[in-house]
Amino acid sequence: MQTPNRLKPFYENLVFEKDDNRMIVNFGPQHPSAHGQLRLILELDGEQVVKAVPDVGYLHRGIEKMAENMIYNEFLPTTDRMDYIAASSNNYGFALAVERLLGIEDKIPRRAEIIRVMLLELNRIISHLFWLATHALDVGAMSIFLYCFREREFAMDLMEDYCGARLTHSSIRIGGVPLDLPKGWLEDLEKFIDKLPENIADYEGLLDKNRIWLMRLEQVGMLSKEDALNWGCSGPTLRGSGVAWDIRKEEPYSIYDELDFDVPVTDSCDSYGRYKLYMQEMRESAKILRQLIPMYKESSPEIVANVPEYISAPKEQLMTENFALMQHFVLVTQGMRPPVGEVYVATESPKGELGFYINSQGDPYPYRLKIRAPSFWHTSVLQEMLVGTYLADVVTIIGNLNIVFGEIDR
Amino acid sequence: MRAYQDRKNLQKKAYYSDRFFKAPPVPRKDVSTDEIFANDLKHLKSLVKIKDSYIELDQLVVIIEPKDICKVMLSLKQELEYDFLSELSATDFLAKSNQFEIFYQLLSMSKRKRLRVKYMISQDQAIDSIMHIFKSADWAEREMFDMFGIVANNHTYLKRLLMPEDWVGYPLLKSYPLEGDEAAKWYEVDKIFGKEYRDIIGPEMRDSATINIKDTKNFARVKHEVPYGEKYSGKPTDFGNYQEDGGVPLISKFKKENSKELNSRK
Repeated sequence: MQTPNRLKPFYENLVFEKDDNRMIVNFGPQHPSAHGQLRLILELDGEQVVKAVPDVGYLHRGIEKMAENMIYNEFLPTTDRMDYIAASSNNYGFALAVERLLGIEDKIPRRAEIIRVMLLELNRIISHLFWLATHALDVGAMSIFLYCFREREFAMDLMEDYCGARLTHSSIRIGGVPLDLPKGWLEDLEKFIDKLPENIADYEGLLDKNRIWLMRLEQVGMLSKEDALNWGCSGPTLRGSGVAWDIRKEEPYSIYDELDFDVPVTDSCDSYGRYKLYMQEMRESAKILRQLIPMYKESSPEIVANVPEYISAPKEQLMTENFALMQHFVLVTQGMRPPVGEVYVATESPKGELGFYINSQGDPYPYRLKIRAPSFWHTSVLQEMLVGTYLADVVTIIGNLNIVFGEIDR
Repeated sequence: MRAYQDRKNLQKKAYYSDRFFKAPPVPRKDVSTDEIFANDLKHLKSLVKIKDSYIELDQLVVIIEPKDICKVMLSLKQELEYDFLSELSATDFLAKSNQFEIFYQLLSMSKRKRLRVKYMISQDQAIDSIMHIFKSADWAEREMFDMFGIVANNHTYLKRLLMPEDWVGYPLLKSYPLEGDEAAKWYEVDKIFGKEYRDIIGPEMRDSATINIKDTKNFARVKHEVPYGEKYSGKPTDFGNYQEDGGVPLISKFKKENSKELNSRK
């Protein structure tokens, strides 16, 4: 029994030793494979987990509270800080929710939509490469980490060339995109997607039949279809359990209905199946990117919707028309005032269903903004998924679920 | 006279609003315009009392009585194939009508439809947990309790999720200021040093945007820094060309005159 004093505080009512052969292990929040600030309290019987209690909140910044105190455009860069591995997908989720609330979804110029989808798919590749790198590192394959980070660097360079940032992009605006593609960007992109399938084949060559990889992933982290639905899993985690549900395909937003791509699904329900999905999804993203290049070349150069009521008018109008300048001034100083109502918009982020619920009361500030972050729901599964597994598999399962703490704690 | 401050809603408000401006509502459609939703609603109407229903931006919104929630959720999940709970949370309308609005966002993958169930509760009212119907409601209800203080009956482990367990107050209430209340100012001081150190250390500065021009401790003077606690002399800091005494092994001395600034990336 601990005797608490100021130097040795009582450790949150945890008794680490018991009379039976059960042991309580505190995992994290600073564990290298906790993927951020996950703290797990594990009750072990020998090496088997009997009870797992995830403890989150170490990265809580109150993003939803901040949203209530910011105008819509002001909040957009804050969304970067949620899923910081694929920041553009958060930007897009928020921008789309506001656009649907404003009713201007069909007024977004085609070129803006094409650039958005390019950025989204590039972000998906970045996120998946990062996932594979860290997951393989957790499981013990160091070389994969280095190879994946090399390719991720090329993708990040593309992001940097487009928006100047590597991690917190803010590369999408409500109503369009801030910039057109820079000169030579498409050629760089083409080079990247030409090379990517070869690289993926290399990773698969290293991992697919690797005995250690197979032993650590096959039949580990089993998640049945019923459980996956019941716990609100989405994205590759849900598709790994045999549910063919991809929002890009089923409820197409942006220009996804014009694009030809497949949604890989597996019913193996284990970590290995999910690993194969991630690899396949990267190939599909590369396929989408390839289709977008000719589409971009055919599009006309507008990149921001022309709705001066809500979104600042193009520069030429601001400089020549008095009223447009007045509207712009009001939009910058006070912010747009969307219609009164509620909207829930779900998009397929690299991690799963990213939803934004906005309750607008007609003020420049959202009355309530709730973010449905996929990782939040994936972390809550841990309390059931980890029971009965071995301590060594805990690391595999956490890594495999692809959780990012910026998004869980918000 | 001091300016009136609305204590029930401390969130930021527009500093100017046109007297004649009234934001239009989001267009709503009648439920009968969508066949699938009309059938779903008919089924729900046969079970419980539906206060209001409409289609808002392609999603069915059903407003029910708080006591019927388990019945409605069970029916939606088992009979109407809404088997995926996307989101569950509350909105604070305490300043307006002394009520919370609870919403449940559902998805039916077989019908490709999204639906929102809503109801209002008063501030001291508890809700029924739907954890036994959707396991995902577990953390969502905990988060709601954490942020609004709304208690869910029959929840097996209703504990704060994101905030520390001994936190005072519920952060997402409109009456809770953005930078935290009085208790938040002292939370870390009390926890790390103890209450008896309050006078020595002082309250935590929780407004991250504040810059105190007289402060020489907290990096407020960019390029005018002085050593910790010393008085500000008025001159800009001169860092000079910093060189380690005697040099560092394997690193050659930096000579500014030999360096070249690139105009573009290589």
